[in-house]
Amino acid sequence: MNELNAPALAVFAVLFALVTVLGFFAARWRRADLHQLHEWGLGGRRFGTVVTWFLLGGDLYTAYTFVAVPALVFGQGAIGFFAMPYTIIAYPFVFVVMPRLWSVSHRHGYITAADFVRGRFDSGALALAVAATGILATMPYIALQLVGIQVVLGAMGVQGSGWMSDLPLVGAFVILAAYTYQSGLRAPALIAVVKDAIIYITVIAAVIVIPAKLGGYAAIFASVPPAKLILVPPSPGTLGQFSAYSTLAFGSALALFLYPHSMTGVLSSSGRAVIRRNSAMLPAYSFLLGLIALLGYMAVAAKVDKLPAFAAGFQQYGPNFAVPALFLDLFPPWFVGFAFAAIAIGALVPAAIMSIAAANLFTRNVYKEFLRPNCAGKEEATVAKVASLVVKFGALAFIVLVPQKYAIQLQLLGGVWILQTFPSVVVGLYTRRLHRWGLLAGWATGMAFGTWMASTLSFKGSVYTLHISGLAVPGYAALWALIANFAVAIVVSAAVNGAGVAPGRDATRAEDYGE
Amino acid sequence: MRSLRGWRLLLIVPFVGTLWVPFYNALEPRIGGIPYFYWYQFLWVVISATLTAIVYFTTRGGER
Repeated sequence: MNELNAPALAVFAVLFALVTVLGFFAARWRRADLHQLHEWGLGGRRFGTVVTWFLLGGDLYTAYTFVAVPALVFGQGAIGFFAMPYTIIAYPFVFVVMPRLWSVSHRHGYITAADFVRGRFDSGALALAVAATGILATMPYIALQLVGIQVVLGAMGVQGSGWMSDLPLVGAFVILAAYTYQSGLRAPALIAVVKDAIIYITVIAAVIVIPAKLGGYAAIFASVPPAKLILVPPSPGTLGQFSAYSTLAFGSALALFLYPHSMTGVLSSSGRAVIRRNSAMLPAYSFLLGLIALLGYMAVAAKVDKLPAFAAGFQQYGPNFAVPALFLDLFPPWFVGFAFAAIAIGALVPAAIMSIAAANLFTRNVYKEFLRPNCAGKEEATVAKVASLVVKFGALAFIVLVPQKYAIQLQLLGGVWILQTFPSVVVGLYTRRLHRWGLLAGWATGMAFGTWMASTLSFKGSVYTLHISGLAVPGYAALWALIANFAVAIVVSAAVNGAGVAPGRDATRAEDYGE
Repeated sequence: MRSLRGWRLLLIVPFVGTLWVPFYNALEPRIGGIPYFYWYQFLWVVISATLTAIVYFTTRGGER
């Protein structure tokens, strides 16, 4: 299909090589013994406001932002903009909740959410459930990043046929795996700084240059059919897209900081104040995210899907090809290389953090808890390194097994699962009124119901329509499952508490959660 | 301490402003050709960041 775009590829390759070198060099940054898990997996817990900002930004603004959200806006219109309220409300939530988690984790040496649940509820089974959910939910999210890399490589004409077609992706993947293995969290933390610089340049160029070429924002909006610019309003018998929009935003916001990788970003910071300061500053990213989402409409205005040069790309990658096509259409090749490097590196950093986080979970809460309780620090770090590789291969499997028209579905699918840890982790930070067996029963219910809803949508959608006394209420399956989860958790807790079943010993004390 | 906690209630405001879709599901009024639906939500990024910053500074006393 696409011919090899040599100048773009050259710029891309140089930038990619630069961050690869940085990735390996990171092992020497703030030098410490990388054979210890908290050094490899949490960067020694010493990251201040600035590094935490880049690290959290690196977690949150990824191929999701650059490829998946604009693709949805391009294909479906206003509903894709739910990412905007999602990232707006995520931070007030983080501001209140996460300092508590940081404090209790710092005091007890927890490095994962499952560690906390283990200590708080004295239940290995519940901790295992939380850990397994984290690992499972991370895989489709990493898969989304790999789709982003795949699309930009394909757009530059880097592809083969048959079994060769996956080689470029596998190449990028091996590089990622190698420096993550070597440097741990220091690699993405260091690369995130470079990544953000080239992303900001790309975004600023895109939101100024592209509208200028297309006749301004007014012209861009004017070229989109008006019905697509707003949500389908409720009509008798259905809530239209209103309930879908707000539940997607709300569910995604609650899920965001339950993901193992955002947890890692929070716990690797050096204090509560760092987290709070960042939640006040991170909305700057939300503003960018909104502008990037509008790239979807710019692709509509530029009619890239009608251009013969991009027909093959759209056929292969669907709407996910919208942003790459827009850049190819409107920018000189060298800048295309720069922008695509921004997207690819913007996908690699979170993929690295995610795989490290999932590896921490496996090591702490599965391997050490159930398989080798007495393993030494060095063995722990080695297991984590290997686990980080395994998780990445799981992500590859998601791409191969569940090909998606809209890459964002991968992230939303992860959200359906990870949100089921909310009662144990977030409610657990405030109260032990929910019993460990109630929480476990609720979790199992939420996971089963959520997975079932996703399966009725063939894992290609995440908005499930409930019918409540004749009214159709489309909503994010993650939230429906969470409601079922809470209902069961409350009822079972009341029953087992009433029957006098032991609640387990709480390893934490009230003062552990405060300053 | 109680009055400090009161400031935190400000953080509920962005949830109401952004999650109640009937507030903003409209094309008009436009600003510079940008439909209401979009500029309204961009405006909330600024409001939410401001509110969070206010709560940060008013409750900072308890933090080290």
